[in-house]
Amino acid sequence: MSARQATGERPKHSPLAESLFKGISFSAAVFVLATLGAIIAMLVIGAWPALKKFGFFGFLTSAEWNPVTENFGALTAIYGTLVTSAIAILIGLPVSFGIALFITELCPVWLKRPVSTAIELLAAIPSIIYGMWGLFIFAPFFSEHIQPWMTDTLGQLPIIGALFDGPPMGIGVFTAGFILAIMIIPFISSVMRDVFETVPRELRESAYGLGCTTWEVMWKVVLPVTRAGVVGAIMLGLGRALGETMAVTFVIGNSHDLNIGLFWPGNSIASTIANEFTEADGEIYTASLIALGLVLFLITFIVLTLARLMLVRMAKSYGGRS
Amino acid sequence: MTENRDKQAETADAAAPAADDARAAAETAKEETANLPAERQGPKPKLDIRNLNFYYGTHQALKNINLKIPEKQVMAFIGPSGCGKSTLLRTFNRIYSLYPNQRAEGEIWMDGQNILGKDVDVNLLRAKVGMVFQKPAPFPMSVFDNIAFGIRLYERLPKAELEERVEQALRRAALWDEVKDKLHKSGAALSGGQQQRLCIARAIAVKPEVILLDEPTSALDPISTARIEELVMELSEDYTIVIVTHNMQQAARISDRTAFMYLGEIIEEGETDQIFTAPREEKTQAYITGRFG
Repeated sequence: MSARQATGERPKHSPLAESLFKGISFSAAVFVLATLGAIIAMLVIGAWPALKKFGFFGFLTSAEWNPVTENFGALTAIYGTLVTSAIAILIGLPVSFGIALFITELCPVWLKRPVSTAIELLAAIPSIIYGMWGLFIFAPFFSEHIQPWMTDTLGQLPIIGALFDGPPMGIGVFTAGFILAIMIIPFISSVMRDVFETVPRELRESAYGLGCTTWEVMWKVVLPVTRAGVVGAIMLGLGRALGETMAVTFVIGNSHDLNIGLFWPGNSIASTIANEFTEADGEIYTASLIALGLVLFLITFIVLTLARLMLVRMAKSYGGRS
Repeated sequence: MTENRDKQAETADAAAPAADDARAAAETAKEETANLPAERQGPKPKLDIRNLNFYYGTHQALKNINLKIPEKQVMAFIGPSGCGKSTLLRTFNRIYSLYPNQRAEGEIWMDGQNILGKDVDVNLLRAKVGMVFQKPAPFPMSVFDNIAFGIRLYERLPKAELEERVEQALRRAALWDEVKDKLHKSGAALSGGQQQRLCIARAIAVKPEVILLDEPTSALDPISTARIEELVMELSEDYTIVIVTHNMQQAARISDRTAFMYLGEIIEEGETDQIFTAPREEKTQAYITGRFG
């Protein structure tokens, strides 16, 4: 009978269900913020003994890392993290741009799907496999064929020559950066391809209609239109490069000596933490590793902020909204 | 696509290599257009389309088109949706060749050169044949740079001269007075009608000989439409203009000649007055009186 009574009427809404729903979605949002806060708090508390002993800036600027004397500084690891990521972007970005450009503008139709799929598969390879490949295949090849040549040519140049200095072992900061480049290419190129394909047809045709070459269309029209998406793609790649642990640990050499030369073994923040957590005895050692984690967190935060600022400035230089 | 392009070249045929004898002969013939066969009545044709067929994959969109488009006049293509008007227009600057499954067969002669020929430099062709699309699409840059963009592709000018060229193009497109104070604002900040005139100015700035307009007013309000129509009539003093339009009144108002197309064929082509007042074909009559379309 009750069903009959309800016919033609809107089902009564229950205030309880409504407020339950609001409560659930609100707590989902709060959950993220709370987790973030908890992680920061845990990092700061855990790192506190080390920060107190060495001072925040002292910790950042010291290249010393000596578990025996309990003297720790983050400079080598910070340098390794930043430099490997920079190398990864320097190599990965042009290649990814080339891939995205090829797929959206030049690729014959029948080749489009195989190439896109291959790139997506590249993203699915676990990082430990990249690490093994880097250590067993790439590093020996690199040390035998490419590294000596680079030392003989680029290494002889003034100023930047110092970067191409180091023992020809194949293992080191440069190799780690190169492996990272390969790892981030699928991410950057597939996001770039997606954003390039969002460019309105009229805009591309107008540019071609003026007599632009494919390069001019990409460089002067498509790239400026899609700048936000492209910066997003780079950030995605950079985020992965900064935090990548396993593959880097395999090939970076895990040495705490600070060297400018890219062929020297080095260390990154993530690989130091992964390598040493199990053997960290003593409060200061553990706290120093946690402090390294805090530094990595800060670096990612700064990178993201800079990306935002860059977007705002670019928007201004293109004359307001577009 | 040919990537190497001589930026200094003013016209395509100055730079295009005369590859085969037929072409070389055609180029010399161009110098003495006055002596060309007297079969043509009326003004000299800028574009001469011969036996043109067009395919989207396996679908044939244009069937054996033969048409002469006179120089420095306005030619309008009318016809129901999907009849091939835009497709025909898009063969004149070979913009269709961006899409791998589209192909054209036949010949389109311009200034003694078959622009569908294999060795034609499409970038130079597009410098000579400008195009304005249905939806205004300003580039993501300032009003000034939108115009300067095309000029910079072909010429390296000192700043003062460049500014003068930009001003000229904007004046020619009847936009200068409205934008002279916001040259360095984004082109996207203009109104729809202004954006479309910006696109016309952008096309003019490259000094083309032919301007193709693909339903240029279909996204605009009546006032902007009237301004663009006026502009088109003015521009036809110096340029050969081909316009595709859905709007028959528009074709009647602004064109010198009109071609009526139906299902990929040209049913009738002639003086605009004749097409609209005394069409020879029954289908044309039916279309312009609104009995189908």
